[in-house]
Amino acid sequence: MKETTKKDDVEYWRWQEYRRVLSDKKWKNKDLITAGVDVGSVGSKAVIMIDGEVYSWGVMRTGSNSPESAEKVLGWAMEGTGLRLNDFKYIVGTGYGRVNVPMANKAITEIACHAKGANYIWGPSVRTVLDVGGQDIKAIRCDETGRVTSFLMNDKCAAGTGRGMEVFADLLKIPIEEIGEVSLRIDEEPPPVSCTCVAFAKTEAVGLLRKGWSKEKVLAAYTRAMAVRMGNLISRVGLEKEFVITGGQSKNIGIVTRIEDILGVKCLPMPKWRENGLDPIIAGAIGAALFAKALYEKAQKS
Amino acid sequence: MITAGIDLGTQSVKAVILKDGSVVSHGQAFSGFDPAKAAEQAVGEALQKAKLSINNVDHVTATGSGMDMAPYSNSTISMMGADAKAGVYLFPKARTIIDVGAEEARAVKCDDKGIMVDFIVNERCAAGAGAFIEAMARALEVKLEDMGPLSLKAERASPINATCVIFGESDVVTLIHRQESKPEIARAVFDAMADRVSSMVHRLGIKPDVVLVGGVAKDVGFVASLKRKLGIDVLIPEHPEFAGALGAALIAVSRVKETQK
Repeated sequence: MKETTKKDDVEYWRWQEYRRVLSDKKWKNKDLITAGVDVGSVGSKAVIMIDGEVYSWGVMRTGSNSPESAEKVLGWAMEGTGLRLNDFKYIVGTGYGRVNVPMANKAITEIACHAKGANYIWGPSVRTVLDVGGQDIKAIRCDETGRVTSFLMNDKCAAGTGRGMEVFADLLKIPIEEIGEVSLRIDEEPPPVSCTCVAFAKTEAVGLLRKGWSKEKVLAAYTRAMAVRMGNLISRVGLEKEFVITGGQSKNIGIVTRIEDILGVKCLPMPKWRENGLDPIIAGAIGAALFAKALYEKAQKS
Repeated sequence: MITAGIDLGTQSVKAVILKDGSVVSHGQAFSGFDPAKAAEQAVGEALQKAKLSINNVDHVTATGSGMDMAPYSNSTISMMGADAKAGVYLFPKARTIIDVGAEEARAVKCDDKGIMVDFIVNERCAAGAGAFIEAMARALEVKLEDMGPLSLKAERASPINATCVIFGESDVVTLIHRQESKPEIARAVFDAMADRVSSMVHRLGIKPDVVLVGGVAKDVGFVASLKRKLGIDVLIPEHPEFAGALGAALIAVSRVKETQK
């Protein structure tokens, strides 16, 4: 667990930016090098692939300027690898700010990219992907090749999104990376809060705290309500196993446990992303880099 | 016959006193943490203005989200019922009454007697209610009461697609970075909110005349945007924030008459 200072001026919502290079790989000039850049509303992710295999990635916060965020995060994934921009055969942009990825050869929707990326991370058995992003929640169905067969999105509402969780972390003064675990520190699961609007969360939470509820219990009730919303979205698109969660909330154990409980199915195990595994937050960028490879190969053939 | 209506809203409590069915006075207080106490204050203010005491009041009807906490109350009426009653009392031809408050928006369809026949509520989502304007005013660093007049100075609309207060804040920040002028951003805020309210009203079906009540009806910026979105005229009473309390006080009149029969 990362270090967290419990001071009043702490930004509880702030999550850790990081980069990684898979050290056992070396690139050569003849390799097919592609990149996927996923500029989300809250986080920007870049993945570099060599011959369709993940080589390095970076995850950082999206700034107010999408093109700049895209350049920064790809630059970060390239750092120290010796790669230069013109070594890339093809780059695909995706995410909320996908049309603003300056170095991209093409933009592809994040829905297609997440399904493709989930297929890469967990394998061809994946049929349902729940992507919980900073600004929206998507339930995606796909086939064994990672091709989207249907999907549903929540209408623009912060409840349950990464941004909504950040607001709640700040409100309860619990570091964002711990809120899942904290929400499970309860003896008995409380009923979900009736009001999920993040703008009213403050009044709602203060009311419950005044009633004598612990922080953990308030967080549990809120997390439950979010999980119910996500569960409804998945049920509407139709749940088919195997089921996985991508995006930032895939790391929120409080959300994951409750969705599993509501749906009555287990998610495929989370990759050991802290060690040497792939991070589900980069699923969209992985998908984009895979599309980049396919698009380059197609262009070569014709 | 003296009756009183108390509307215990999420942000403020409003009271109206009627004498033989005509308005004699108003009272208002912030709900704060103790809505019951705020209701006592609001009723006290209205009684004082009318030079009456609570003992002179024949029937008190309460409405609003906190109606169960109302002091002095002899009966309650739903917020939709109160809106319908007040709307038709104020404008006899009113058939659609839109009420936009601090934390909730609703629309009521009614018959010529002010009896509700259908309604729709935007429940507990800040994007379609006064809370949205408040949050955006904060992001824009503009006083809440200045938002409306400011928005009227906009020369064009610069759309934001925010349907959530949380995302609206970042949309406003983006517009500030893009160096849009404050009037245009204020206009964008009202347009986004009016969009949400008007789509709610469209789901219910619009039957003229349309009346707008609730505290947000006092905001000229919102009214201008809503009229544009609905494409028809919207009638606004002199004291739109007191419509709920007025409706409750009118219901109190009919309840007194019922018992007299």
